[in-house]
Amino acid sequence: MRHTLSETFSGLRRNLTSTLAVVVTMWVSLSLFGIGVLSAQQVDLIKGRWYDRIELTVFLCTAASQGQNCDPGQDATQAQKDAVRAALESNDEVQTVFYQSKDQVYEEFREVYKDSSILGTMRASDMQDLFRIKLKNPEEYQGVRSAVEGMPGVQAVQDLRQYLEPLFGWMNLAQALTVGASALLLLAAALQIGNTIRMAAFSRRRELGIMRLVGASNFYIMAPFLLESLIAALAGALLANGTLAALEQFVILGKAKPSIQTVPWVDWNHVVIAMVVLVAVAVVLSIIPTLIATRRYLKV
Amino acid sequence: MIKFQDVSKTYEGQTHQALRDVNVGIDKGEFVFLVGASGSGKSTFLRLILREYRPTRGHVYVAGSDVGRLPSCRIPRLRRKVGIVFQDFRLLPGKNVYQNVAFALKVIGKPSSVIRRTVPETIEMVGLSGMEDRLPDELSGGEQQRVGLARAFVNRPPILLADEPTGNLDPATSVGIMKLLDRINRTGTTVVMATHDSTIVDQMRKRVIELVDGAVVRDQSKGVYGS
Repeated sequence: MRHTLSETFSGLRRNLTSTLAVVVTMWVSLSLFGIGVLSAQQVDLIKGRWYDRIELTVFLCTAASQGQNCDPGQDATQAQKDAVRAALESNDEVQTVFYQSKDQVYEEFREVYKDSSILGTMRASDMQDLFRIKLKNPEEYQGVRSAVEGMPGVQAVQDLRQYLEPLFGWMNLAQALTVGASALLLLAAALQIGNTIRMAAFSRRRELGIMRLVGASNFYIMAPFLLESLIAALAGALLANGTLAALEQFVILGKAKPSIQTVPWVDWNHVVIAMVVLVAVAVVLSIIPTLIATRRYLKV
Repeated sequence: MIKFQDVSKTYEGQTHQALRDVNVGIDKGEFVFLVGASGSGKSTFLRLILREYRPTRGHVYVAGSDVGRLPSCRIPRLRRKVGIVFQDFRLLPGKNVYQNVAFALKVIGKPSSVIRRTVPETIEMVGLSGMEDRLPDELSGGEQQRVGLARAFVNRPPILLADEPTGNLDPATSVGIMKLLDRINRTGTTVVMATHDSTIVDQMRKRVIELVDGAVVRDQSKGVYGS
Protein backbone atom coordinates (compact mmCIF):
# COMPACT_ATOMS: atom_id res chain seq x y z
CA MET A 1 0.00 0.00 0.00
CA ARG A 2 2.75 2.43 0.90
CA HIS A 3 4.61 1.42 -2.22
CA THR A 4 1.50 2.06 -4.33
CA LEU A 5 0.96 5.51 -2.83
CA SER A 6 4.58 6.59 -3.13
CA GLU A 7 4.68 5.36 -6.73
CA THR A 8 1.46 7.23 -7.45
CA PHE A 9 2.74 10.52 -6.11
CA SER A 10 6.14 10.23 -7.72
CA GLY A 11 4.29 9.48 -10.97
CA LEU A 12 2.10 12.55 -10.54
CA ARG A 13 5.16 14.68 -9.89
CA ARG A 14 7.06 13.29 -12.84
CA ASN A 15 4.19 13.93 -15.23
CA LEU A 16 3.11 17.18 -13.66
CA THR A 17 2.49 19.07 -16.90
CA SER A 18 0.60 16.21 -18.55
CA THR A 19 -1.40 15.72 -15.37
CA LEU A 20 -2.31 19.41 -15.28
CA ALA A 21 -3.36 19.23 -18.93
CA VAL A 22 -5.61 16.30 -18.08
CA VAL A 23 -7.09 18.14 -15.10
CA VAL A 24 -7.86 21.26 -17.14
CA THR A 25 -9.36 19.36 -20.07
CA MET A 26 -11.44 17.26 -17.69
CA TRP A 27 -12.56 20.40 -15.87
CA VAL A 28 -13.76 22.21 -18.99
CA SER A 29 -15.32 19.19 -20.66
CA LEU A 30 -17.07 17.95 -17.54
CA SER A 31 -18.35 21.48 -16.82
CA LEU A 32 -19.87 21.66 -20.29
CA PHE A 33 -21.27 18.20 -19.87
CA GLY A 34 -22.73 19.19 -16.51
CA ILE A 35 -24.35 22.23 -18.07
CA GLY A 36 -25.86 19.89 -20.66
CA VAL A 37 -27.24 17.67 -17.90
CA LEU A 38 -28.66 20.67 -16.03
CA SER A 39 -30.27 22.15 -19.13
CA ALA A 40 -31.89 18.79 -19.90
CA GLN A 41 -33.36 18.84 -16.41
CA GLN A 42 -34.41 22.47 -16.93
CA VAL A 43 -36.30 21.62 -20.13
CA ASP A 44 -38.03 18.75 -18.37
CA LEU A 45 -39.02 21.04 -15.52
CA ILE A 46 -40.53 23.65 -17.83
CA LYS A 47 -42.28 21.03 -19.91
CA GLY A 48 -43.59 19.40 -16.75
CA ARG A 49 -44.91 22.64 -15.32
CA TRP A 50 -46.56 24.06 -18.42
CA TYR A 51 -47.75 20.88 -20.02
CA ASP A 52 -49.10 19.92 -16.68
CA ARG A 53 -51.13 23.05 -16.23
CA ILE A 54 -52.61 23.82 -19.62
CA GLU A 55 -52.86 22.39 -23.03
CA LEU A 56 -55.61 24.41 -24.67
CA THR A 57 -56.50 28.02 -24.19
CA VAL A 58 -59.87 29.41 -25.26
CA PHE A 59 -59.66 33.16 -25.77
CA LEU A 60 -62.95 34.98 -25.34
CA CYS A 61 -64.03 38.00 -27.34
CA THR A 62 -63.30 41.53 -26.22
CA ALA A 63 -64.64 44.82 -27.52
CA ALA A 64 -61.62 45.06 -29.80
CA SER A 65 -61.83 41.49 -31.16
CA GLN A 66 -62.35 40.92 -34.86
CA GLY A 67 -63.28 37.23 -34.75
CA GLN A 68 -66.35 36.01 -36.68
CA ASN A 69 -68.00 34.69 -33.50
CA CYS A 70 -67.63 38.04 -31.78
CA ASP A 71 -70.17 40.81 -31.66
CA PRO A 72 -68.24 43.88 -32.75
CA GLY A 73 -67.47 46.36 -30.00
CA GLN A 74 -68.62 44.10 -27.22
CA ASP A 75 -67.09 41.65 -24.75
CA ALA A 76 -68.31 38.12 -24.61
CA THR A 77 -71.40 38.10 -22.44
CA GLN A 78 -71.78 36.14 -19.25
CA ALA A 79 -74.31 33.89 -20.98
CA GLN A 80 -71.82 33.13 -23.74
CA LYS A 81 -69.12 32.36 -21.16
CA ASP A 82 -71.44 30.04 -19.26
CA ALA A 83 -72.34 28.24 -22.49
CA VAL A 84 -68.67 27.76 -23.38
CA ARG A 85 -67.82 26.53 -19.88
CA ALA A 86 -70.76 24.09 -19.96
CA ALA A 87 -69.65 22.80 -23.37
CA LEU A 88 -66.11 22.30 -22.09
CA GLU A 89 -67.11 20.65 -18.86
CA SER A 90 -69.42 18.22 -20.58
CA ASN A 91 -66.70 17.12 -23.00
CA ASP A 92 -65.25 13.70 -22.19
CA GLU A 93 -61.74 14.65 -23.19
CA VAL A 94 -61.51 17.56 -20.79
CA GLN A 95 -60.00 16.97 -17.39
CA THR A 96 -60.11 20.41 -15.83
CA VAL A 97 -61.23 23.87 -16.87
CA PHE A 98 -60.35 27.07 -15.16
CA TYR A 99 -61.33 30.58 -15.96
CA GLN A 100 -59.09 33.61 -15.82
CA SER A 101 -60.47 37.11 -16.06
CA LYS A 102 -58.67 39.98 -17.76
CA ASP A 103 -57.42 41.18 -14.39
CA GLN A 104 -56.02 37.80 -13.46
CA VAL A 105 -54.34 37.49 -16.84
CA TYR A 106 -52.90 40.95 -16.41
CA GLU A 107 -51.52 40.01 -13.01
CA GLU A 108 -49.74 37.04 -14.57
CA PHE A 109 -48.53 39.21 -17.41
CA ARG A 110 -47.08 41.76 -15.01
CA GLU A 111 -45.32 38.99 -13.15
CA VAL A 112 -43.66 37.64 -16.27
CA TYR A 113 -42.69 41.00 -17.76
CA LYS A 114 -42.08 42.96 -14.60
CA ASP A 115 -38.59 44.06 -15.65
CA SER A 116 -39.56 44.69 -19.24
CA SER A 117 -40.47 47.97 -20.90
CA ILE A 118 -43.42 46.26 -22.60
CA LEU A 119 -45.24 46.38 -19.27
CA GLY A 120 -45.92 50.08 -19.56
CA THR A 121 -47.66 49.73 -22.92
CA MET A 122 -50.27 47.20 -21.82
CA ARG A 123 -53.22 47.54 -19.48
CA ALA A 124 -55.71 45.08 -18.03
CA SER A 125 -58.24 46.12 -20.65
CA ASP A 126 -55.87 44.91 -23.38
CA MET A 127 -56.10 41.39 -21.99
CA GLN A 128 -58.68 38.78 -22.82
CA ASP A 129 -60.82 36.66 -20.57
CA LEU A 130 -59.94 33.06 -21.18
CA PHE A 131 -60.44 29.43 -20.24
CA ARG A 132 -57.42 27.25 -19.64
CA ILE A 133 -58.12 23.61 -20.27
CA LYS A 134 -56.29 20.51 -19.24
CA LEU A 135 -56.97 17.47 -21.37
CA LYS A 136 -57.08 13.87 -20.28
CA ASN A 137 -54.88 13.02 -23.23
CA PRO A 138 -52.90 16.00 -24.58
CA GLU A 139 -52.75 14.43 -28.06
CA GLU A 140 -56.57 14.47 -28.37
CA TYR A 141 -57.16 18.19 -28.60
CA GLN A 142 -58.97 18.31 -31.96
CA GLY A 143 -62.37 17.18 -30.57
CA VAL A 144 -62.41 19.79 -27.85
CA ARG A 145 -61.16 22.41 -30.20
CA SER A 146 -63.89 21.88 -32.75
CA ALA A 147 -66.54 21.67 -30.02
CA VAL A 148 -65.96 25.24 -28.83
CA GLU A 149 -64.28 26.92 -31.78
CA GLY A 150 -67.52 27.99 -33.44
CA MET A 151 -69.39 29.04 -30.31
CA PRO A 152 -70.45 32.66 -29.96
CA GLY A 153 -68.08 34.70 -27.79
CA VAL A 154 -65.04 32.53 -28.60
CA GLN A 155 -62.38 34.50 -30.38
CA ALA A 156 -59.79 31.79 -30.80
CA VAL A 157 -58.64 28.42 -29.48
CA GLN A 158 -54.94 27.89 -29.11
CA ASP A 159 -53.02 24.74 -28.57
CA LEU A 160 -50.22 25.75 -26.26
CA ARG A 161 -47.88 23.09 -27.54
CA GLN A 162 -47.89 24.71 -30.92
CA TYR A 163 -46.10 27.67 -29.29
CA LEU A 164 -43.90 25.73 -26.93
CA GLU A 165 -42.67 23.11 -29.39
CA PRO A 166 -40.39 25.48 -31.31
CA LEU A 167 -39.04 26.85 -28.03
CA PHE A 168 -38.31 23.38 -26.77
CA GLY A 169 -36.85 22.55 -30.16
CA TRP A 170 -34.32 25.33 -29.81
CA MET A 171 -33.58 24.41 -26.25
CA ASN A 172 -33.03 20.80 -27.28
CA LEU A 173 -30.72 21.88 -30.06
CA ALA A 174 -28.67 24.08 -27.72
CA GLN A 175 -28.51 21.21 -25.29
CA ALA A 176 -27.43 18.75 -28.00
CA LEU A 177 -24.67 21.13 -29.07
CA THR A 178 -23.46 21.51 -25.48
CA VAL A 179 -23.46 17.76 -24.93
CA GLY A 180 -21.86 17.15 -28.33
CA ALA A 181 -19.06 19.64 -27.70
CA SER A 182 -18.48 18.23 -24.25
CA ALA A 183 -18.42 14.68 -25.66
CA LEU A 184 -15.62 15.69 -28.03
CA LEU A 185 -13.72 17.34 -25.21
CA LEU A 186 -14.24 14.31 -23.00
CA LEU A 187 -12.87 12.11 -25.77
CA ALA A 188 -9.82 14.38 -25.93
CA ALA A 189 -9.45 14.13 -22.16
CA ALA A 190 -9.66 10.33 -22.28
CA LEU A 191 -7.02 10.17 -25.03
CA GLN A 192 -4.84 12.53 -23.04
CA ILE A 193 -5.11 10.29 -20.01
CA GLY A 194 -4.23 7.30 -22.17
CA ASN A 195 -1.15 9.08 -23.53
CA THR A 196 0.00 10.29 -20.13
CA ILE A 197 -0.25 6.81 -18.67
CA ARG A 198 1.37 5.22 -21.70
CA MET A 199 4.35 7.55 -21.31
CA ALA A 200 4.50 6.93 -17.58
CA ALA A 201 4.42 3.18 -18.14
CA PHE A 202 7.05 3.41 -20.87
CA SER A 203 9.42 5.35 -18.63
CA ARG A 204 9.00 2.66 -15.98
CA ARG A 205 9.09 -0.35 -18.29
CA ARG A 206 12.21 -1.82 -16.64
CA GLU A 207 10.57 -1.79 -13.26
CA LEU A 208 7.35 -3.18 -14.68
CA GLY A 209 9.28 -5.98 -16.37
CA ILE A 210 10.96 -6.93 -13.10
CA MET A 211 7.72 -6.69 -11.20
CA ARG A 212 6.17 -9.19 -13.59
CA LEU A 213 9.19 -11.50 -13.31
CA VAL A 214 9.19 -11.64 -9.55
CA GLY A 215 5.46 -12.28 -9.47
CA ALA A 216 3.81 -8.98 -8.58
CA SER A 217 0.08 -9.22 -9.22
CA ASN A 218 -1.42 -7.33 -12.13
CA PHE A 219 -3.47 -5.22 -9.80
CA TYR A 220 -0.39 -4.29 -7.83
CA ILE A 221 1.44 -3.29 -11.00
CA MET A 222 -1.49 -1.29 -12.30
CA ALA A 223 -2.63 0.36 -9.07
CA PRO A 224 -0.26 3.37 -9.23
CA PHE A 225 -1.33 4.12 -12.82
CA LEU A 226 -5.00 3.72 -12.02
CA LEU A 227 -4.67 5.94 -8.97
CA GLU A 228 -2.69 8.52 -10.93
CA SER A 229 -5.31 8.89 -13.65
CA LEU A 230 -8.13 8.64 -11.15
CA ILE A 231 -6.68 11.48 -9.08
CA ALA A 232 -6.25 13.67 -12.17
CA ALA A 233 -9.78 12.92 -13.39
CA LEU A 234 -11.34 13.44 -9.98
CA ALA A 235 -9.50 16.75 -9.60
CA GLY A 236 -11.06 17.78 -12.93
CA ALA A 237 -14.47 16.55 -11.77
CA LEU A 238 -14.12 18.45 -8.50
CA LEU A 239 -13.37 21.69 -10.35
CA ALA A 240 -16.29 21.02 -12.72
CA ASN A 241 -18.57 20.42 -9.75
CA GLY A 242 -17.40 23.70 -8.29
CA THR A 243 -18.20 25.37 -11.58
CA LEU A 244 -21.71 23.90 -11.57
CA ALA A 245 -22.24 24.96 -7.97
CA ALA A 246 -21.12 28.50 -8.80
CA LEU A 247 -23.45 28.50 -11.82
CA GLU A 248 -26.39 27.45 -9.66
CA GLN A 249 -25.59 29.87 -6.85
CA PHE A 250 -24.71 32.98 -8.83
CA VAL A 251 -26.43 32.60 -12.19
CA ILE A 252 -29.55 30.54 -11.59
CA LEU A 253 -30.43 31.35 -7.97
CA GLY A 254 -28.77 34.75 -8.12
CA LYS A 255 -30.00 36.10 -11.44
CA ALA A 256 -32.32 33.89 -13.47
CA LYS A 257 -34.73 32.81 -10.76
CA PRO A 258 -35.44 36.26 -9.28
CA SER A 259 -36.01 37.75 -12.73
CA ILE A 260 -38.17 34.98 -14.24
CA GLN A 261 -40.34 33.45 -11.59
CA THR A 262 -43.04 31.95 -13.78
CA VAL A 263 -40.88 28.98 -14.73
CA PRO A 264 -39.37 26.57 -12.26
CA TRP A 265 -35.56 26.57 -12.14
CA VAL A 266 -33.19 23.71 -11.47
CA ASP A 267 -32.46 23.59 -7.75
CA TRP A 268 -29.68 22.07 -5.68
CA ASN A 269 -31.18 18.58 -5.98
CA HIS A 270 -30.73 18.73 -9.74
CA VAL A 271 -27.21 20.10 -9.34
CA VAL A 272 -26.29 17.21 -7.02
CA ILE A 273 -27.61 14.71 -9.57
CA ALA A 274 -25.50 16.36 -12.27
CA MET A 275 -22.46 16.28 -9.97
CA VAL A 276 -22.85 12.56 -9.33
CA VAL A 277 -23.11 11.97 -13.08
CA LEU A 278 -19.91 14.01 -13.62
CA VAL A 279 -17.96 12.03 -11.06
CA ALA A 280 -19.14 8.74 -12.58
CA VAL A 281 -18.14 9.92 -16.07
CA ALA A 282 -14.73 11.05 -14.77
CA VAL A 283 -14.10 7.67 -13.13
CA VAL A 284 -15.03 5.71 -16.25
CA LEU A 285 -13.06 8.02 -18.55
CA SER A 286 -9.92 7.67 -16.45
CA ILE A 287 -10.01 3.94 -15.80
CA ILE A 288 -10.75 2.68 -19.31
CA PRO A 289 -7.89 4.52 -21.11
CA THR A 290 -5.52 3.52 -18.29
CA LEU A 291 -6.42 -0.14 -18.66
CA ILE A 292 -5.89 0.08 -22.40
CA ALA A 293 -2.62 2.02 -22.13
CA THR A 294 -1.03 -0.33 -19.60
CA ARG A 295 -2.27 -3.55 -21.17
CA ARG A 296 0.86 -4.26 -23.17
CA TYR A 297 3.07 -3.82 -20.12
CA LEU A 298 0.99 -6.30 -18.19
CA LYS A 299 0.78 -9.03 -20.77
CA VAL A 300 2.03 -12.14 -19.08
CA MET B 1 10.01 -30.22 -9.90
CA ILE B 2 10.10 -29.34 -13.60
CA LYS B 3 8.83 -31.62 -16.32
CA PHE B 4 8.68 -31.08 -20.09
CA GLN B 5 6.38 -33.53 -21.83
CA ASP B 6 6.55 -33.62 -25.66
CA VAL B 7 7.05 -29.87 -25.68
CA SER B 8 7.33 -27.97 -28.94
CA LYS B 9 7.35 -24.23 -29.30
CA THR B 10 6.92 -22.19 -32.44
CA TYR B 11 6.92 -18.44 -31.95
CA GLU B 12 4.05 -16.54 -33.46
CA GLY B 13 4.70 -15.51 -37.04
CA GLN B 14 7.56 -17.95 -37.45
CA THR B 15 7.71 -21.39 -39.03
CA HIS B 16 10.95 -22.42 -37.37
CA GLN B 17 10.49 -24.49 -34.20
CA ALA B 18 12.34 -23.03 -31.22
CA LEU B 19 11.85 -26.28 -29.29
CA ARG B 20 11.09 -29.70 -30.73
CA ASP B 21 9.52 -32.60 -28.85
CA VAL B 22 11.41 -31.94 -25.66
CA ASN B 23 11.01 -34.50 -22.87
CA VAL B 24 12.94 -33.62 -19.76
CA GLY B 25 12.39 -34.12 -16.05
CA ILE B 26 14.29 -32.17 -13.42
CA ASP B 27 14.03 -33.24 -9.79
CA LYS B 28 13.95 -31.11 -6.72
CA GLY B 29 17.42 -29.96 -5.68
CA GLU B 30 19.08 -30.77 -8.99
CA PHE B 31 21.66 -28.56 -10.69
CA VAL B 32 21.27 -28.66 -14.46
CA PHE B 33 23.30 -27.03 -17.21
CA LEU B 34 21.45 -26.24 -20.39
CA VAL B 35 24.04 -26.00 -23.15
CA GLY B 36 23.94 -25.34 -26.84
CA ALA B 37 24.74 -22.70 -29.42
CA SER B 38 22.95 -19.36 -29.57
CA GLY B 39 19.45 -19.92 -30.90
CA SER B 40 19.39 -23.57 -29.89
CA GLY B 41 16.38 -22.99 -27.65
CA LYS B 42 17.96 -22.52 -24.20
CA SER B 43 16.20 -19.25 -23.47
CA THR B 44 12.91 -20.59 -24.79
CA PHE B 45 13.27 -23.52 -22.39
CA LEU B 46 13.65 -21.12 -19.45
CA ARG B 47 10.87 -18.82 -20.59
CA LEU B 48 8.44 -21.71 -20.82
CA ILE B 49 9.20 -22.56 -17.18
CA LEU B 50 8.46 -18.95 -16.22
CA ARG B 51 5.33 -19.08 -18.36
CA GLU B 52 6.42 -16.07 -20.37
CA TYR B 53 5.15 -18.15 -23.25
CA ARG B 54 2.88 -21.15 -23.59
CA PRO B 55 4.15 -24.27 -25.33
CA THR B 56 2.70 -24.73 -28.80
CA ARG B 57 2.39 -28.47 -28.09
CA GLY B 58 2.91 -30.60 -25.04
CA HIS B 59 2.93 -29.77 -21.35
CA VAL B 60 5.30 -27.98 -19.02
CA TYR B 61 4.84 -28.84 -15.35
CA VAL B 62 6.40 -26.63 -12.72
CA ALA B 63 6.00 -27.49 -9.04
CA GLY B 64 3.06 -29.70 -9.87
CA SER B 65 1.01 -27.39 -12.09
CA ASP B 66 0.64 -27.47 -15.86
CA VAL B 67 1.82 -23.93 -16.54
CA GLY B 68 0.43 -23.81 -20.08
CA ARG B 69 -3.05 -24.15 -18.61
CA LEU B 70 -2.54 -21.78 -15.74
CA PRO B 71 -5.07 -18.93 -15.82
CA SER B 72 -3.22 -15.63 -16.07
CA CYS B 73 -4.27 -14.57 -12.58
CA ARG B 74 -2.29 -17.51 -11.18
CA ILE B 75 0.92 -16.68 -13.06
CA PRO B 76 2.25 -14.24 -10.44
CA ARG B 77 2.01 -17.02 -7.86
CA LEU B 78 4.00 -19.35 -10.14
CA ARG B 79 6.68 -16.73 -10.62
CA ARG B 80 7.12 -16.27 -6.90
CA LYS B 81 8.35 -19.87 -6.87
CA VAL B 82 10.85 -19.28 -9.66
CA GLY B 83 13.75 -16.85 -9.39
CA ILE B 84 15.69 -15.78 -12.47
CA VAL B 85 18.97 -14.04 -13.24
CA PHE B 86 20.05 -12.70 -16.62
CA GLN B 87 23.23 -12.12 -18.55
CA ASP B 88 22.58 -8.35 -18.47
CA PHE B 89 21.69 -8.32 -14.73
CA ARG B 90 18.58 -6.14 -15.25
CA LEU B 91 19.02 -4.08 -12.11
CA LEU B 92 17.08 -0.88 -11.62
CA PRO B 93 19.64 1.90 -12.20
CA GLY B 94 18.00 4.41 -9.86
CA LYS B 95 17.91 2.07 -6.86
CA ASN B 96 20.83 1.06 -4.68
CA VAL B 97 21.80 -2.52 -3.83
CA TYR B 98 19.49 -2.78 -0.86
CA GLN B 99 16.53 -1.24 -2.73
CA ASN B 100 17.07 -3.47 -5.75
CA VAL B 101 16.90 -6.59 -3.60
CA ALA B 102 14.08 -5.29 -1.42
CA PHE B 103 12.07 -4.34 -4.53
CA ALA B 104 11.43 -8.02 -5.30
CA LEU B 105 9.81 -8.51 -1.91
CA LYS B 106 8.05 -5.17 -1.74
CA VAL B 107 6.16 -5.63 -5.00
CA ILE B 108 4.78 -8.98 -3.94
CA GLY B 109 3.45 -7.34 -0.81
CA LYS B 110 5.82 -8.75 1.83
CA PRO B 111 5.56 -6.92 5.15
CA SER B 112 8.42 -4.56 5.89
CA SER B 113 9.46 -6.59 8.94
CA VAL B 114 10.19 -9.54 6.63
CA ILE B 115 12.02 -7.24 4.21
CA ARG B 116 14.18 -5.75 6.96
CA ARG B 117 15.17 -9.23 8.09
CA THR B 118 15.69 -11.10 4.80
CA VAL B 119 17.28 -8.45 2.62
CA PRO B 120 20.46 -7.89 4.70
CA GLU B 121 20.72 -11.65 5.20
CA THR B 122 20.63 -12.27 1.46
CA ILE B 123 23.00 -9.40 0.67
CA GLU B 124 25.45 -10.92 3.15
CA MET B 125 25.02 -14.35 1.60
CA VAL B 126 26.00 -13.06 -1.86
CA GLY B 127 29.00 -11.32 -0.31
CA LEU B 128 27.98 -7.69 -0.74
CA SER B 129 27.81 -6.62 2.90
CA GLY B 130 28.78 -3.00 3.23
CA MET B 131 27.75 -2.16 -0.34
CA GLU B 132 24.05 -1.71 0.37
CA ASP B 133 24.08 1.97 -0.55
CA ARG B 134 25.90 1.60 -3.87
CA LEU B 135 24.06 2.21 -7.13
CA PRO B 136 24.41 -0.41 -9.88
CA ASP B 137 26.77 1.75 -11.97
CA GLU B 138 29.12 1.97 -8.99
CA LEU B 139 29.52 -1.83 -9.00
CA SER B 140 31.62 -4.20 -11.08
CA GLY B 141 29.90 -6.70 -13.37
CA GLY B 142 30.43 -9.52 -10.90
CA GLU B 143 28.99 -7.45 -8.07
CA GLN B 144 26.00 -6.50 -10.19
CA GLN B 145 25.32 -10.15 -10.91
CA ARG B 146 25.52 -10.88 -7.18
CA VAL B 147 22.81 -8.27 -6.67
CA GLY B 148 20.83 -10.00 -9.44
CA LEU B 149 21.23 -13.31 -7.62
CA ALA B 150 20.25 -11.78 -4.31
CA ARG B 151 17.12 -10.36 -5.90
CA ALA B 152 16.24 -13.69 -7.49
CA PHE B 153 16.83 -15.62 -4.28
CA VAL B 154 15.60 -13.22 -1.61
CA ASN B 155 12.14 -14.77 -1.64
CA ARG B 156 13.72 -18.25 -1.29
CA PRO B 157 12.12 -19.71 -4.43
CA PRO B 158 12.36 -23.50 -4.83
CA ILE B 159 13.57 -23.01 -8.41
CA LEU B 160 16.29 -20.67 -9.68
CA LEU B 161 16.80 -20.10 -13.40
CA ALA B 162 19.95 -18.50 -14.75
CA ASP B 163 20.18 -17.33 -18.36
CA GLU B 164 23.90 -17.06 -19.22
CA PRO B 165 24.65 -15.49 -15.84
CA THR B 166 28.40 -15.43 -16.53
CA GLY B 167 28.11 -14.33 -20.15
CA ASN B 168 29.27 -10.79 -19.41
CA LEU B 169 31.88 -11.68 -16.80
CA ASP B 170 35.58 -12.57 -16.90
CA PRO B 171 36.54 -16.16 -15.92
CA ALA B 172 37.72 -15.32 -12.40
CA THR B 173 34.54 -13.43 -11.59
CA SER B 174 32.49 -16.22 -13.14
CA VAL B 175 33.95 -18.70 -10.70
CA GLY B 176 32.67 -16.60 -7.82
CA ILE B 177 29.18 -16.52 -9.32
CA MET B 178 29.26 -20.29 -9.87
CA LYS B 179 30.27 -20.87 -6.26
CA LEU B 180 27.31 -18.78 -5.22
CA LEU B 181 24.93 -20.72 -7.46
CA ASP B 182 26.35 -23.96 -6.06
CA ARG B 183 25.75 -22.69 -2.56
CA ILE B 184 22.16 -21.75 -3.40
CA ASN B 185 21.72 -25.21 -4.92
CA ARG B 186 22.91 -26.81 -1.71
CA THR B 187 20.10 -25.12 0.23
CA GLY B 188 17.79 -27.44 -1.75
CA THR B 189 17.00 -25.02 -4.54
CA THR B 190 16.66 -26.50 -8.02
CA VAL B 191 19.00 -24.59 -10.35
CA VAL B 192 18.72 -24.57 -14.14
CA MET B 193 21.48 -22.62 -15.86
CA ALA B 194 21.68 -21.93 -19.56
CA THR B 195 25.25 -21.32 -20.67
CA HIS B 196 27.81 -21.78 -23.37
CA ASP B 197 30.75 -21.39 -21.04
CA SER B 198 32.45 -24.76 -21.51
CA THR B 199 35.06 -24.22 -18.79
CA ILE B 200 32.42 -23.80 -16.13
CA VAL B 201 30.41 -26.80 -17.27
CA ASP B 202 33.48 -29.00 -17.41
CA GLN B 203 34.61 -27.92 -13.93
CA MET B 204 31.29 -28.40 -12.18
CA ARG B 205 30.49 -31.89 -13.47
CA LYS B 206 26.75 -31.53 -13.10
CA ARG B 207 23.89 -32.82 -15.20
CA VAL B 208 24.11 -31.43 -18.75
CA ILE B 209 21.22 -31.15 -21.20
CA GLU B 210 22.35 -30.19 -24.69
CA LEU B 211 20.02 -28.60 -27.19
CA VAL B 212 20.68 -28.47 -30.91
CA ASP B 213 18.20 -26.63 -33.06
CA GLY B 214 15.51 -26.96 -30.42
CA ALA B 215 15.89 -30.69 -29.80
CA VAL B 216 17.52 -32.42 -26.83
CA VAL B 217 20.50 -34.33 -28.21
CA ARG B 218 22.14 -35.23 -24.91
CA ASP B 219 21.08 -35.56 -21.29
CA GLN B 220 23.98 -36.69 -19.19
CA SER B 221 24.57 -36.70 -15.46
CA LYS B 222 27.97 -35.36 -14.38
CA GLY B 223 28.49 -34.28 -17.95
CA VAL B 224 30.91 -31.96 -19.71
CA TYR B 225 30.25 -29.26 -22.29
CA GLY B 226 31.29 -31.20 -25.39
CA SER B 227 30.15 -34.80 -25.61
